Parts: sequence; C-alpha cells; structure tokens
Amino acid sequence: MRELSYAEAIREALRQEMQRDERVFIIGEDVGVYGGAFGVTLGLIEEFGEERVIDTPISELTIAGAITGAALVGMRPVGEIMFMDFITLASEQLVNQAAKIRFMFGGKEKVPFVLRTPAGSGTGAAAQHSQSLENWFVHIPGLKVVMPSTPYDAKGLLIASIRDDNPVIFVEHKLLYKVKGPVPEEPYTIPLGTAEVKREGRDLTIIATSIMVQRALQAAEQLAEEGIEVEVVDPRTLKPLDKETIIRSVIKTGRVLIVHEACKTGGFGGELAAVIAESEAFDYLDAPIVRLAGRDIPIPYNRTLEYHAVPQVENIVEAARRLAEGRV
Amino acid sequence: MTLSPERKRELLCQMYTIRAFEEKAEELYAMGKVHGTMHLSIGMEASAVGSIAALRPDDLILSTHRGHGHCIAKGADLNKMMAEFMGKETGYCRGRGGSMHIADVESGNLGANGVVAGGIPIAVGVGLGLKMQRRDQIILCFFGDGAANTGAFHESLNMAAIWSLPVVYVCENNQYAMSLSVRKAFAIERISDRAAAYGIPGVTVDGNDVMAVYEAVKKAVDRARAGGGPTLVENVTYRWRGHSKSDVNRYRTREEIEAWKKKCPIKRFRARLIEEGILTEEEADRIRDEAYAAVDAAVAFAEASPEPSLDTIEEGVYA
Ligand SMILES: Cc1ncc(C[n+]2csc(CCOP(=O)(O)OP(=O)(O)O)c2C)c(N)n1
Ligand SMILES: [Mg+2]
Repeated sequence: MRELSYAEAIREALRQEMQRDERVFIIGEDVGVYGGAFGVTLGLIEEFGEERVIDTPISELTIAGAITGAALVGMRPVGEIMFMDFITLASEQLVNQAAKIRFMFGGKEKVPFVLRTPAGSGTGAAAQHSQSLENWFVHIPGLKVVMPSTPYDAKGLLIASIRDDNPVIFVEHKLLYKVKGPVPEEPYTIPLGTAEVKREGRDLTIIATSIMVQRALQAAEQLAEEGIEVEVVDPRTLKPLDKETIIRSVIKTGRVLIVHEACKTGGFGGELAAVIAESEAFDYLDAPIVRLAGRDIPIPYNRTLEYHAVPQVENIVEAARRLAEGRV
Repeated sequence: MTLSPERKRELLCQMYTIRAFEEKAEELYAMGKVHGTMHLSIGMEASAVGSIAALRPDDLILSTHRGHGHCIAKGADLNKMMAEFMGKETGYCRGRGGSMHIADVESGNLGANGVVAGGIPIAVGVGLGLKMQRRDQIILCFFGDGAANTGAFHESLNMAAIWSLPVVYVCENNQYAMSLSVRKAFAIERISDRAAAYGIPGVTVDGNDVMAVYEAVKKAVDRARAGGGPTLVENVTYRWRGHSKSDVNRYRTREEIEAWKKKCPIKRFRARLIEEGILTEEEADRIRDEAYAAVDAAVAFAEASPEPSLDTIEEGVYA
C-alpha cells in the first residue's frame, strides 16, 4: 500500500472531506499560505480558497467560538489550535458552550466540529509549547477526544470525526507528523470508540496513547528478543473509550502497563487503571497495574532534561521487563 | 528630555549587541548547537532600545517570545543569556527555559513569554502591586501586533485604564503575526487608535528611529509614574528574519523585505550620531566590534558551562 506521513494523511482527510462536503471548512491561525506551524494544511488554501481555509488573528477563544457557532447553523468546521498549550485560552467556549449546548437545549441542537491540535514534547519548545492536555477534555461530558498514533489511524479517525455530530478534540503529536505508514487512497472511517490491538502477545499488555504507541511497539520488538511477548493496545479514542478491547487483553495477559506522555498525576492512565480495576479483568491480574507517564514537571528546555521528562523506549522496556518478570 | 552623548553611545552599543547576539544565535542554531526554536528581532532593535532607554534601572519590563532585544537593553548579562540559549545550568533559567523564557529578575525583566499576549494581563497585576505598595516604579509591557488582537489585550488595557495603573503598553508592530499581515488582521490603520476605546493616550511612532521611540515612551513613562495611568505606544517596525527558525516567507515578498532592510535602525542611528559629532566612524566601528566580541565571549562561556544535572530534573516546580 502507498505510504504517507501522518501530516500528509491528515491533509488528505481534510482535502477529501472538503471535496465531499462543502459545509466543511478550516479555520485557525496561519492555516493558509503558511500551512500551519507544522505544515499540515499546506496547499489547501490554493485548492479551496480563502473562504474555506480561513486565517484568523491570534484569538483562540473565538476560534473555538466560531466553530461552535458555525456548527450550530449547519456548517461542519475543522478548527486548529496551533499548539495544544493554547487550548487553555479556548477552553471556555469548548467546555462551557460547545460541550453542553446539546444537553442544555434538551437534545434539540448539535455541535458538529473538529478541533485539531498538536500536543507533545521533543522539539525543544519548552514548557509552554509541549504539553499534553488531553485528559482535561476527557473529563468533560459532551466532548469526544481522539488521539491517533499512526498515519492510517489519523486519516480514518479524522474523517470519522468530521462526520461525527459532536464536538471532537483531535489531538495530534508533533513528533508523529513525519512518521510514515500505509494509508489507503480512498476515504475511509475508523469508528470513534474502537481500540486496536497493534501487536499481539501473551505475557503482558501495554496500553499506550499517541506517540507512546510507537515507542511501545519498539519496546515490544526488543522484549520479543528476550522472549517476552507484549500485547500493545491503542485506545485511539480516549472518549468514547473501547473498554471491551482493553479488558479482553488484560484478561488474556494478566499484567498491564499503561504508558502516556502527559503528566502522571491526573493523566488518562488513572482512568484506564480504574476501568481495569473495576472490571472482571481485576480477578485475572497477576500483578499491580503499572503506570509509566510524564514526570509531574513542566517540560524543560534543555535537551537531556526534556528527553528524560517523558517515557522513552528504554523506560518502557525496563518497566515492561520488571512487570513480566514479576518484580513489581 | 534629550539624552547625553554618552547615553546615546550606550544605546548604539546596545543595538549592536542585540544584532550581534541574534546573528550568533542564528548561526549556532544552523550549526545544530541549540534545539527548539527562537524568534529573532533583527531589524527591530530601535524599538527595544528606545523604549527601555526611557525607564529607570529599577523599573520593570515584561517581554515576549521575540525578547532577546528587550533582555539585552534591560541590562542582561550576555553570558547568562547565551548559556540559557544553549540550555546550560549557568543560564538565566538554569537551562529550563531557553530563548523563549529568559527572565532576568534582578535587572527588572520579568520574563519573555511563549504565549502571545501572555504578559499583558500580568502587567495589570504588576501595576496593581506597585501601586498598592506605593512604589514609584513602573512596568513596561512589550507585545506584538498579533497580541493586540487577543481578548487579553482588551481586558487588560481596560483594567489598567480604570485603575490608573503605572503601566506602559508598547506594541511592537512589525507588520506580521507569523504569516498574518496587519492589513488582514485589523480593520483599522493604527493599532494605537484602540487607546481611545479605553480612554487612554495612544501614539504611533517610527519604531526604527530610536530617539523617536525614546521620546514617545518617555512621555508615557512620566505620565504613568505621576499616577496618570497607562499609555499605548505603537512602534512601527519590521522583522527581517522569518517568524521563527523555520519560515520560507511564503506570505511576503522579497522586495518588501529588502525595502525595510534599507531602513536599518542601527545604520540610521549610527549615521545620526556621526552627523551630530557624537561619534567618529572609527569610534562607531569600535563600538560595533566590541559588541561582537562580547557575544563571542558569551558563546565561549556558554560552551564551557555544564549541562543541568539529571538528578535536578524535578526541582523548582514548587516554592
Ligand atoms: C496564544 C498563542 N497563540 C499562538 C501562538 C503561536 N505564535 C507564536 S508567535 C505568533 C505570532 C505573534 O505575532 P506578534 O504578536 O505580532 O509578535 P511577533 O511574532 O510579530 O513579534 C504566534 C501565532 C502563541 N505562542 N500563543
Ligand atoms: Mg508582529
């Protein structure tokens, strides 16, 4: 199959949906000729014009408001927040307005939009350009939260998100943009709320999100050489969450390591651990549930400190090995 | 209100130092010696230097992501700045902040900011705190044209105005917020016209003329110090380099950039000082060469400095 980068897969999803449905448009800072800070929307303004690829002033709150309002009157906007850190500025419209309008109106309205935003560290951009804030939005009823880890998933999940009738926070990862993988040319969807077993194994389950899926797969490769067979599960959407696939895997392996980049305290790993502990998988656990996550610090600028602020392949290998060997 | 010849020479020296620092930063970046990103203010030196020249040493500033110039003009130690840029333990932020977060509290620089308009509301709080303590310092807050379109700008200028806070707001209008031209981002000609909406003075000056900037900001500073409240000063200037490390200038023309390069604020001030008989060509060259040498020395200091140690990684989150 043809290979595309994660950024190209996202661009292709945007292009195909804009071709299919004229209600779909893009709005955000520097999404036009600049192509967004990471070049994801490059070329789209040439193809679709300034009316459907809209550059805004630096006004995150009103980007969120604009996609909410346009969705209310029948458009299907795709907004972009240049760095996930700045979604803090947009959060009033997302959390109090977009998420709750349908419910508050007694189910009579819907707010179908996607808000794309890159999260994550590893680019040396320091504390205000490196955060992974997805779990804040997982906490809000009415929002969906999607976090693709591969080009294939990025395209299919984005198309599904655009066609979904709810506000979707679509969290990309800066370090994944250049990662390549097979992507079909025709449009396709991956239903929100379906996890995927990215690698099968019998000894332990790693549940990982976003870039940590790629790192977990590399770790699994290394561990296989030592005879440890790791199963890697990618929830792909944090909300709705495919609990079934997760629980099935944990029942199968009896050991679970949860890996994400966001700070450990208050991160999505806590939710995953609770979901497992509350389920029938609890009886099958042979070891405590282990979480490996970002340290509870802002992301430092210094290259070495930055590297050690979040889980790397070697940390995953080490944690998984301890768990598999019963040293936890 | 005129500055002494000595002060003027100092200002030229600051402008050269900023230029030298940023040319070196760019070079180090290209060599792969620093990672992350940086935002250069090459071509905008008069705005930083002229504005800060109007302050007392104990006055405070809040800076932006494009903050090297502010930092140097406020009196930073180049060694600590360069060490921060290179992520070293000896840097202003112990290598934790980098170019976008340099803060030099001792000199009154309360920090660059990675968030556009991030400093504008903080200036309200600083102004309020200074006023409550009856201190006669003022806070000068820099921000870009792009920042003037945030909600934070509106809320803050209004609050600073209604409480007559000792704040000077300096908008560095360099014509672009990343790729967005001010012509597309504003429905008004002059950003300073917005001052009227808050009932405060607003003034637009040639931001490449260091003395014009100085004079406009000095008026605003005197007013703020006397309890008259905030002023909005707009310095009209231009950034020569791309927005950040990566920028292929898709949103502007080569001719436009070249036209602005002809209005180089440093060349202009240098020529003026020579014309006024304050400097000879040779003296001006010496000032320039010393600035470049000081930056080279800072690089040597930074390169010889240690990296932060890994076991300190969790330090400094809480007081
Ligand atoms: C709240 C926020 N939104 C977006 C960004 C990304 N960004 C960084 S600088 C910049 C442009 C800023 O323009 P301006 O205020 O004119 O300052 P300049 O870069 O021209 O000095 C943008 C959009 C950011 N850092 N913070
Ligand atoms: Mg600007």
